Amino acid sequence: MKPLLEIKNITMKFGSLVANEDISFTVHENEIVSLIGPNGAGKTTLFNCITGFYRPFSGKVIYNGKDITRMTSYQICKLGITRTFQIVKTLNEMTVEENVMTGAFLHTNSRKKAEEIAKETLELTGLMPKKNVLGANLTIADRKRVEIARALATNPRILMLDECMAGLNQTEIKEVMDLCLKLKEKGLSLLIVEHIMEAIMPISDKVVVLNAGKKITEGNPQDVVNNDEVIKAYLGERYHAKSKKS
Amino acid sequence: MVKNKKILFIIIAILALIPIITRTKAVLNAIILLLIFATLGEAWNIITGFAGQTSFGHAAFFGIGAYTSTIVFYRYNITPWVGLILGGIIAAVVAAIMSYPCFKLKGHYFAVATLAVAEIIKQIFVSWDYVEGATGISLPIIQRSSGFAKRLFYLQFNEKIPWVYICLVLFTAVILLCSYLENSKMGYYLKAIRESHEVAESIGINPTNYKLYAMLISAFISAICGSMYAQYILYIDPFMIFSLDISMKIVLLTVLGGVGNVFGPIIGASIFIPLSEFTRIKLGGSGTGVDLMIYGLLIILITCYQPKGVIGIVQKLTEKSKKTNVGGEGKIEATSGN
Repeated sequence: MKPLLEIKNITMKFGSLVANEDISFTVHENEIVSLIGPNGAGKTTLFNCITGFYRPFSGKVIYNGKDITRMTSYQICKLGITRTFQIVKTLNEMTVEENVMTGAFLHTNSRKKAEEIAKETLELTGLMPKKNVLGANLTIADRKRVEIARALATNPRILMLDECMAGLNQTEIKEVMDLCLKLKEKGLSLLIVEHIMEAIMPISDKVVVLNAGKKITEGNPQDVVNNDEVIKAYLGERYHAKSKKS
Repeated sequence: MVKNKKILFIIIAILALIPIITRTKAVLNAIILLLIFATLGEAWNIITGFAGQTSFGHAAFFGIGAYTSTIVFYRYNITPWVGLILGGIIAAVVAAIMSYPCFKLKGHYFAVATLAVAEIIKQIFVSWDYVEGATGISLPIIQRSSGFAKRLFYLQFNEKIPWVYICLVLFTAVILLCSYLENSKMGYYLKAIRESHEVAESIGINPTNYKLYAMLISAFISAICGSMYAQYILYIDPFMIFSLDISMKIVLLTVLGGVGNVFGPIIGASIFIPLSEFTRIKLGGSGTGVDLMIYGLLIILITCYQPKGVIGIVQKLTEKSKKTNVGGEGKIEATSGN
């Protein structure tokens, strides 16, 4: 099967700092791919490269057989890749419903249609009871949900979630996990950056691990957690040695 | 929406009734200026209130409108109605040319750039002979005995009453357009851009294009107001028309009323214009600037205690009293009857 999104040898530099070095992987249709790695591994940078917020130094991003490397972020969004932000950017002066409607306007000019899409999305994400609350008055959990809902309202084929579970409690994390699986059922592909392993491992079809800008490994969750290099990257040399002994 | 329509209806009804109650020239003059500036405020609100791009150079578009209709009439004897539309188009083109590079700037830098552009345009008009340079133009007056049809055609009236209604029609059209925009796709997109460029881009909005559309509409409306103003006072010169004073008046009255709200400009204008007109009448030459002193004080108070303007105060009061729309309308009634 042809991949829906193909990241080919992406390298991104900021001055002499190499944030991403020669990274390649693919996302297939109806697949949840998660991108993990320690802080500063270059996950968000890679996100920005894929969605057109940064111009990668070299390499290519192919979506649905089309080269989207040089496109602007809004063009990419129109094609069907929508992202959320790690540092949530709720539109504070708008209500939850208006936040979601702004996203819903992407493929329609009619307010009525946008309202319908927003309603569906609000129900799916469980935000219906809060639809009239101003963005500024939301809790962090709800803000993250609005972030996802707003992105979802643009009706993407690939939804890219940047740490949408960080700072949430167990119940809330469970809700987001369920939501991800629901979206997969609906036929979306998800590319998720996440730190919370117990949340991400059960739902991922594939895990890509980055460390210090390089891809260490990729594969199904079980293989990845047992990978030597991954343990080294997360726990350090010493603990890696210890875990070997035992 | 329904509540908004009610408020709008009340405001327009009050303004329409004033000429029936009083025919005092000073009052009517104040109403006409009030309407012109309220319309300008609405125009400014589109680019600044909705899209969040502070423009300090709206006098440029205002002036281009005033000059275009005047020149078209003065040089070629063509009806100002044509000049009015032409002025709008020229202002929109100028706006497009100046904004495209300026939109690369953010926040204060954009504001400073618009200010500079307005000054440049003023200097051009000061030293441009075709438009009579610094001397200014007195519009040719049509015969006193002309009938109403001819007067309407040339937009010159002996009395002030027709002006009140023409400006009222213009204002109504513009405020309806603004409330339509606010609730359309464009309104939502502009607000998203105002709050965060990045979010806007991430959900498929091209910020530059939408800001440009907003600027074009804003410039077009401002230019029409300019033409109206020129036809009303029948004399223009660059120092008066392109003045920083006018740019600032537009900004300040909208800030006082409430930025980003369709009723902001009319509320602000209802306080500001009568204040400046009547202090001018009462105090004469010695009182120049008294209105600005009072106004400055009001602005300081507003920005310190209620950045949303008078509208914000009204909203707070209505929320407090829980009598949803009664309080709001009462306040607006009181201010527009000034």
